[in-house]
Amino acid sequence: MSENVDATLAPQRLGPPRSPISRLLESRLIGWVALAAALLAPFVTASPYSLNVMTTAAIFVLLASGLNIVVGYCGLLDLGYIAFMAVGAYTAGIISKSFELPLLFTIPAVLVMTILAGLIIGAPTLRLRSDYLAIVTLGFGEITRITANNLSVTGGPSGIFGIPGLLKIGGLDVENPAVLYYLTVLVVSLFVLASARLGKSRLGRAWRFVREDEDAAEAMGIHTYKVKLLAYIFGAIWGGLGGVLFAAHLSAVSPQSFIFLQSALVLMAVVLGGMGNMRGVVIGALVISLLPELLRDFASNRYLVFGLLLVVVMVFRPQGFWPARGYERERATVDVDPPAVATEQGR
Amino acid sequence: MTAVLEVKDLQVAFGGVKAVDGLSFSAHEREIIAVIGPNGAGKTSAFNCITGFYRPTSGSVRIKGLETTGKRPADIAAVGVTRTFQNLRLFPDLTVLDNVRAGMHLYGGQNWADAILHTPRFKRSEAMYTDEANYWLDFVGFEGARGVPVRNLSYGQQKRVEIARALARKAELLLLDEPAAGLNYSEKQQLLVLCGRIRDLGTSIVLIEHDMGLVMELSERIIVMNFGREIAVGTPAEVKANPAVIEAYLGKDDEGAQSNGDA
Amino acid sequence: MTQLIWDGLFVGSFYALIALGYSMVYGIIKLLNFAHGDIYMLGAFIGFALLTSMGGIPASLSLGALLIVLLVSMLITGGAGVLIERLAYRPLRGAPRLAVLISAVGVSFSLEYGIAAIAGPNPRAYPIRLEGGVFEVLGARASLPQIVLMLIAAGLMVALNFYIQKTSTGRAMRSIALDSNASLLMGINVNAVITRTFFIGSALAGAAGVMAGAYYGKIDFLMGFIIGLKAFTAAVIGGIGNIKGAMLGGLVLGFVEAFGSQWFGGQWRDVFSFAVLILFLTLRPTGILGERVTERM
Repeated sequence: MSENVDATLAPQRLGPPRSPISRLLESRLIGWVALAAALLAPFVTASPYSLNVMTTAAIFVLLASGLNIVVGYCGLLDLGYIAFMAVGAYTAGIISKSFELPLLFTIPAVLVMTILAGLIIGAPTLRLRSDYLAIVTLGFGEITRITANNLSVTGGPSGIFGIPGLLKIGGLDVENPAVLYYLTVLVVSLFVLASARLGKSRLGRAWRFVREDEDAAEAMGIHTYKVKLLAYIFGAIWGGLGGVLFAAHLSAVSPQSFIFLQSALVLMAVVLGGMGNMRGVVIGALVISLLPELLRDFASNRYLVFGLLLVVVMVFRPQGFWPARGYERERATVDVDPPAVATEQGR
Repeated sequence: MTAVLEVKDLQVAFGGVKAVDGLSFSAHEREIIAVIGPNGAGKTSAFNCITGFYRPTSGSVRIKGLETTGKRPADIAAVGVTRTFQNLRLFPDLTVLDNVRAGMHLYGGQNWADAILHTPRFKRSEAMYTDEANYWLDFVGFEGARGVPVRNLSYGQQKRVEIARALARKAELLLLDEPAAGLNYSEKQQLLVLCGRIRDLGTSIVLIEHDMGLVMELSERIIVMNFGREIAVGTPAEVKANPAVIEAYLGKDDEGAQSNGDA
Repeated sequence: MTQLIWDGLFVGSFYALIALGYSMVYGIIKLLNFAHGDIYMLGAFIGFALLTSMGGIPASLSLGALLIVLLVSMLITGGAGVLIERLAYRPLRGAPRLAVLISAVGVSFSLEYGIAAIAGPNPRAYPIRLEGGVFEVLGARASLPQIVLMLIAAGLMVALNFYIQKTSTGRAMRSIALDSNASLLMGINVNAVITRTFFIGSALAGAAGVMAGAYYGKIDFLMGFIIGLKAFTAAVIGGIGNIKGAMLGGLVLGFVEAFGSQWFGGQWRDVFSFAVLILFLTLRPTGILGERVTERM
């Protein structure tokens, strides 16, 4: 009975990984490097085509960072994530067009609508088993798209076009592609940062506890249902804002942009990059959105390749290429004094 | 003495099987109670009822005088109960420190806006989380790396982490489900000392345990269960002498009189 | 009214045929085989390739040719199902549920866009179309092909039910569904049974694909997506993991859709059936025939 506690039987790899590449990727600098690269990119190529591609990629990064909250942190498989983007884009488009408002002013309404959508989808389904949840979210995604396709307020199959720009202040015209690109990069980096910070907070830990073991999390006083719903709502907000940027970028919204394929692509970005690891997710999103543009031959068969890659990655690296690291720095010295709070036991 | 835990006429049935059939007991402040009994006697089922993982068929559970019967586990934990599980239920991919931080979830000191903005309050709260997690790991005598995934640790170390996680909740009532299972002799001795220190913090302990040596030395009262019912209760000496207990453990016809050892 | 019932019955028997595969696999390894709808699509395309390679078929022989093609396609899709299980699901047995589900999404994608790469992304016209007289039965218009296809579907389901209830493999399947570890200890070759389950489920879906191609006359690489979702709905309605439930669920969904599109308009048909799915999952996740299980930790 007592042999199985021999410490030498424990796996030997106790320290953090030490390869130079992983150290580089895990340094604090990498975020700034990525931001600088994004800001400098228009100086390398600023054709309307490349600006279009880069803006789309930036929006895609935002979506992936939002889905990462739901799938990566909380472990809830959402196969209809694009529906939140649809809700955001349609809300922004309809309001700004009918009231002749810049898109910026529609954001409060977009927040309300996406949070509502998150609640409507999440509240009845988050008690379900994870695989049921996946298919129900898929169903919701399709319902959203078909509804947009059938209603007249959403413009039916042709959608809404001629949406006003984000903002117009004096001479600064945000409809200029370069200005819009910079604005998008700014917004996206702030939200990526926010989502990374959420992941390293009390709420972010609660999401991981729920992902790892719901019963144990409950026993520690974590209201798993509420915590899951919060993951959904945050994911919905990220998606909704992605929708606003999308509407600003294309100045048109139509149901074809919100097919299942789009949800699946965002999911692939999260999974291939590394579930729960925001840096990996950003890289995954950039690879998925930019690679087909860079490799033309690859573009025609990209979905087949992505599909096969998904299986291969799951079989060989179920946490994704670059998963969230399970290591953290430890204290340098051993505390001698117990913390004040801990000693006043029993209150 | 006030009762931290009061269980009255607790019943749980799965289909036709009554796992717990009319169990009543109470635990007082700074008391260590052991629940013993043969496998399948309903001990863990009773624990799961107290902590809200099973919904009792009938009966009531009161914790610190508050009715908690039928509430969900998280709400019951918030009232002031914490527990460990029979088979380790840690968060395997998360670090040792994060596992212990789970126990502190109810002591927030930060919200999501603090986290996004990295406010001073957030930094204070995170520092508190880390300090306290380290404190409780020290308290249980955890030696070893704390920034690594808990799945890399040995079984004995993982058991300590689970107790540290439960202690970090700082509840008045601690339920331990077979804390000594799989531990060697010296580790059991350390557990004995640890339980005493936990009690000195002002915490009542109810534990399920099969190691009779440990139970006799540790507990002030012992509740013996069989077939979902309490068949005896008393001090270790009383229980040892109780004929019903001997019967439950050794069978009616005391033929071979095989030692129950630490069965 | 009778027309609606007849239409529901017809579409429902397709759903039932596909739902069976979903339900069997789920019952045995608790895996939601997301790619199952795409096996149906694969069946349609294999049938297409076989019929095209046979050259021109006189209309009088079309039913016989169809039956042969049906059988061959079933064998091939069954084999494909087995291959998918070996490559994409078996290595992940015991892995977190999330990983297996994502792998299944990957398989679905690979099948869809693999076929698109081979056969082209545009819809293809099926080389044969079943033709036959139209009858009036109790006020409903039913065509001969409809009746033939429904008979084939019913025959397959009866055969399956016999297989599960009466043969030793069927018994092994049922025992694995109850407890796969205990079955392993009792000497059942669990892997072999899972392989067989995938074969049968995929073959049935493939049969449905060929039949749909022959009946509707048009196939494309995304045709399995919506129908996969519908079949899952049918499986859930009937009680997932339950063979008879899957058949019942298929028929119920067929009726629900027929009446739903009558009342709300055809463009809302899919919305209506997904709403039914969500309703069932939230209110009665065990379906009509599923039994409630007390969950123990």
